[in-house]
Amino acid sequence: MIRLDNIRKVFNPGKPNEFVAIDGVNLTIDAHGATALKGPSGSGKTTLLSILACMAQPTSGGITVQDREISSLSGQSLTGIRRKTFGVIFQQFHLIKGITSLENVMIPAYPLGEKFSTLQKRAMDLLDLLNLAGKAYSKVEWLSGGEAQRTAIARALINNPAIIIADEPTAHLDTRLSLEFMEIMRQLKKDGKTIIIASHDPIVSESGAIDRVVEMRDGRIVEPGGVA
Amino acid sequence: MNLSAIGKQRYILDLALSSMARRKGKNIALVMVYTFTLFMLASVVFSVDSLKQEAALTLQDTPEITVQRQVAGRQDLIPLTYAESISRIKGVQSVEPRLWGYYYDAFSGANYTLMANTSLSDRTGDMVIGAGVARRNDIGKTNRKLGKNDIIPFITADGAVLPLTVKGLFPPASELVTADLVLMPETDFRKIFTIHKDQATDLVVKAGNGKDPVMIAGEISRIHPDTRSILRQDILQTYQAVFDWRGGMIVMLLAGILFPFVILAWDKATGLNAEEKREIGILKAVGWETSDILLMKFWEGAAISLAAFFMGVLLAYGHIFLASSILFESVLQGWSVLYPHFRLTPYVNGYQVAALFFLTVIPYTVVTVVPSWRSATIDPDSVMRI
Repeated sequence: MIRLDNIRKVFNPGKPNEFVAIDGVNLTIDAHGATALKGPSGSGKTTLLSILACMAQPTSGGITVQDREISSLSGQSLTGIRRKTFGVIFQQFHLIKGITSLENVMIPAYPLGEKFSTLQKRAMDLLDLLNLAGKAYSKVEWLSGGEAQRTAIARALINNPAIIIADEPTAHLDTRLSLEFMEIMRQLKKDGKTIIIASHDPIVSESGAIDRVVEMRDGRIVEPGGVA
Repeated sequence: MNLSAIGKQRYILDLALSSMARRKGKNIALVMVYTFTLFMLASVVFSVDSLKQEAALTLQDTPEITVQRQVAGRQDLIPLTYAESISRIKGVQSVEPRLWGYYYDAFSGANYTLMANTSLSDRTGDMVIGAGVARRNDIGKTNRKLGKNDIIPFITADGAVLPLTVKGLFPPASELVTADLVLMPETDFRKIFTIHKDQATDLVVKAGNGKDPVMIAGEISRIHPDTRSILRQDILQTYQAVFDWRGGMIVMLLAGILFPFVILAWDKATGLNAEEKREIGILKAVGWETSDILLMKFWEGAAISLAAFFMGVLLAYGHIFLASSILFESVLQGWSVLYPHFRLTPYVNGYQVAALFFLTVIPYTVVTVVPSWRSATIDPDSVMRI
């Protein structure tokens, strides 16, 4: 379970260009479910995802992840939590060019230093699961959009995280690939993962894989269940 | 270090090398510039150290004390009677007069060092010459060197011609000190320079075992105030200072050439392009710690600087000891017309190589890590906004 208590995120505080991205958000996300954050551009979805995934710290407020209060932890501790608990899928996929799909998948596990053969097998299994085993040794710049995204999904899963976070995952995919992506999310939810997706794409919010849609606007939650 | 820590190092090193391979152009250019810089610096260090070592070895066989007579502040011929009085000083083992001088040969346009040698005393008309003299007398430009039984005509101080016959040549290994040398019998030497038989150019004094040459030199100055005693140690120090000075001059000259290269390398090494910054952001976002990224960048910097260091040092070794220092030869050896062609005895001063390592590899590696540290300390969520 993840709980956000009165989270605020202010960029450039005290400066003429001060900007309040998140303005007092309270939100509880249950484990093993799929939540969609919906809202127009600039509504604060990506910033909220960053805070949820321990990639950014809030200006104020509390965050509890799996019964652990993390808002006061150091950057190093947050990195450890991020690596073990979260798998992130980015809008632009953010794969490292010049290396293979397999290597990209393995990268998050490198700092853990486990045996190469074990890690490689796990990465291959994930690519196989996502029907990408045939592209394991292809450099990522030669992959299609769908293949690149499935590589990014495999990378997000390599450390077996409990929570999968995806930021606008269908923004660069056509309808068929978007539906394919949501099917993969549905499968992951079935496997016990917690899914959080930020998107303004109706294919996401209206997908049967999604249990709850949280709507955001101007840094606040406007969903009936969420309190602004 | 446990197995997972070793595995982590290996993975990070692998990714560092693969990252370098992805930026081949930049990294090859950096290695080339860096190797060239190190090659030049190491060449100077090897040359100077080896020449100093060579000079020290050569001077081992030179006299402990050389006594010269001074007249009006200039060296003059010394009466042989001085040798008798000096030989009576306590601690002096032997005193030998020497005859040597410089001779300008109008035919070849070169200065020779002429020296009388006792082993040739009964061979009037003969001489032994250095390789530089042999080469320089190729008047017809036929690439023919002087050899045995060839003749060099010397013009004596009173205008007569004294032909001497080559009866031997010094071996090439001794060319550093024998290139311009002509050894001849004492009688021929005295004829060329019209030096009286009661005079010599200088005296060489050998101190007895355990006797202090400095004390003996002091006593010589007391008995003969018009003399100057030169100690072997002083000559050695002079040689070392001269080679250090020449080495310093080369470094100064090179600095002007190398500076733009160093600036270029610095700029290339310290600047992270957008793609590199993006990669750092991705690594942070997928769970890499700042220290992991710095370690990767450290390996990248270390791989470049170590590769360049070893290549530069090896090339410099080949340049100085196998290719006879072709780039610096004339500057380091001196101004003589008869440049000696010689191969320096390989001598590498470990302290100097270590100093070169710590003054190049360590700063470069540190400098390459700093910009990565700046990028690696940003919030990983920045990658979400690219």
